[in-house]
Amino acid sequence: MIVLSGAVRYGAGLLSYRKPQGDAVKPQTVLRHTGAMSSNATKAALRVRQLRKTYKDVVAVNGLDLEVRPGECFGLLGPNGAGKTTTIEICEGLTTADSGEVEVLGLTWAADAKALRQRLGIQLQETQLSDKLTVLETVKLFRSFFHQGPEAMEVIALVQLEEKANSRVGNLSGGQKQRLALACALVGEPDFLFLDEPTTGLDPQARRQLWELIEKFKLSGRTILLTTHYMDEAERLCERVAIMDHGKVIALGTPRELIASVCAEHMVEFSTGTHGHALDLSAVSAIDGIRDVQRENGSVRMQVTALHRAVPALLAELGRQSVPLTELRTHSATLEDVFVTLTGRHLRDE
Amino acid sequence: MNSSHPLLQLTLVRFREFVREPEALFWVFGFPIILAAGLGIAFRNRPADVLPVAAATPQLSASLRAEKLLDVQQLPVADAERELRNGKVVLVAEPGQNGAVTYRYDDTNPDGRSARMLADRAIERAAGRQDPVASKDTIMREPGSRYIDFLVPGLLGMNLMGSAVWGMAFGIVDARRKKLIKRLMATPMPREYYLLSFVLSRLALLVVEVGAVLGFAVLVFQVPVYGSLVALGFFCVLASMSFCALGLLIASRVQTIEAASGMTNAVMMPMWICSGVFFSAQRFPNVMQPLIKALPLTAAIDALRSNMLQGASLAQLAPETGILTAWLVVCFFVALRLFRWR
Repeated sequence: MIVLSGAVRYGAGLLSYRKPQGDAVKPQTVLRHTGAMSSNATKAALRVRQLRKTYKDVVAVNGLDLEVRPGECFGLLGPNGAGKTTTIEICEGLTTADSGEVEVLGLTWAADAKALRQRLGIQLQETQLSDKLTVLETVKLFRSFFHQGPEAMEVIALVQLEEKANSRVGNLSGGQKQRLALACALVGEPDFLFLDEPTTGLDPQARRQLWELIEKFKLSGRTILLTTHYMDEAERLCERVAIMDHGKVIALGTPRELIASVCAEHMVEFSTGTHGHALDLSAVSAIDGIRDVQRENGSVRMQVTALHRAVPALLAELGRQSVPLTELRTHSATLEDVFVTLTGRHLRDE
Repeated sequence: MNSSHPLLQLTLVRFREFVREPEALFWVFGFPIILAAGLGIAFRNRPADVLPVAAATPQLSASLRAEKLLDVQQLPVADAERELRNGKVVLVAEPGQNGAVTYRYDDTNPDGRSARMLADRAIERAAGRQDPVASKDTIMREPGSRYIDFLVPGLLGMNLMGSAVWGMAFGIVDARRKKLIKRLMATPMPREYYLLSFVLSRLALLVVEVGAVLGFAVLVFQVPVYGSLVALGFFCVLASMSFCALGLLIASRVQTIEAASGMTNAVMMPMWICSGVFFSAQRFPNVMQPLIKALPLTAAIDALRSNMLQGASLAQLAPETGILTAWLVVCFFVALRLFRWR
């Protein structure tokens, strides 16, 4: 058994952010390690190995491996039904896995559930907090469960709900409710924050506001695991992303790495008129700098490395074949394109 | 500061949720009082009824008027018989042959039979009969034997059951439906505190609730409480806890409010009917009695009634205490077994 102080818990001192008044050492500073694992455990905030979970006849998680480093914001990206929520709920200790190992902050749910609960901040996907309570009463309730953490009003200020502190939860907007849910996840000053689809169903402005809040917490050095099916959310917030499909991780890396590994820099899509000659795609594929040409719903989609050379060449080829161009679109490759390239489906396809 | 205890916070939440629900406030406080007031007025004890009778001759009429409990009209025979058929009078006295009297009345109507006796006595006395035995009446109209006295313990028991079963079942199922229980499970909140907060808030409300109903009954209708108040309080708490356990059992797995409300009604309805809220449970056939006696509401109401109206001691109410305790223990442990924390 190794005893570590709060500040050096992760060796590299990544979490030594503690706010000025928070220099007190947390009560749970005893971490249990078993021999060989100790060297790795100090590095990973979350380790998941060969996780499996089946609901009746549906395989929700199918042999998943995952490692989240301390202080990083890690994104689980995938379409609905990919197994994101099941995975995160197993990590949160709310669902038991059929098999596999989960270690959070070097602790396991079987042995250290009580200590672990004190150190996690959790936001679930579809909790409805009691409509009849006020914002302050709700935060006070959640605060009372944790040994330590900031004052209720401090957390409310953090999520910018001071003006609503005495309003009933039932009178809040969707974005305000989501910020309150975030406040309830933060009252215990958690080392590890789990966010399950924090911005689903919010309007663009409310989403941006929540992103700014999450970015603020990232600066304080907390570890975050979030699930989302918005690629822009993952690209903006996450240092690393695991793309999930059918209960497995199909790609892992920083958003840039992922985009670079499977896609060229740009995506080009064009449509041709129905009159005129049929388009010969093989000639298009042969153009230098163009690859992975696919037909999709009447348009043609491809990856392009050097836009300034490939587009003129494409236009010249269409002109040579006398095929009229009706639409031409181009954008920088995103995680969505990575997902489409890997699975042939879109993230939000049902 | 941050010293707020989770159990205190959870109980406060229960309290606030209840107080901020006007409908719940009405059903728990307003309804039983309105019911008691309404039934108290409807079944209030009136002065003894005067029975309407008809006499066919002036002599008969004069003899009957000597009896204060009869309201006598003098009518021709044909009219008198029509009034009898219409129920306007309960008896007709007409002259028979040789100075005899004939009474016409419906012998299945208790009023008719009473009128027959009163009328006969008045006519015989008018004709000079002397009663060989002297008699004297002592009138009994004291509190404790009226319908309202019987009713109040019944309403109290019904109220204890309704608020405990509903409060428990609705509160838990609503929180489960909203995934609030799951959210709380994701915090370090001790699970037992969650259930305990329901019990504590119930006990606190119980004081107000029982106080309101009982206070109203005592002040407005002079309903007596002959037994000890400590014993009465004990039974209110014990009954409420047993019903809480029953509510917990109902709520242990149910996912929707509709299912919970169906189950609660299915559980409570037989007790409303059989447990002697509005009339004595003794009226049901003997074969049903052991079953009815085993119901928690029957035990609760019997205990409250015996305490309030007969001044029964705790020791005398051991069987009721046993039944309520058994319900409490069995329901609670089965509920914990079945309970779904999400």
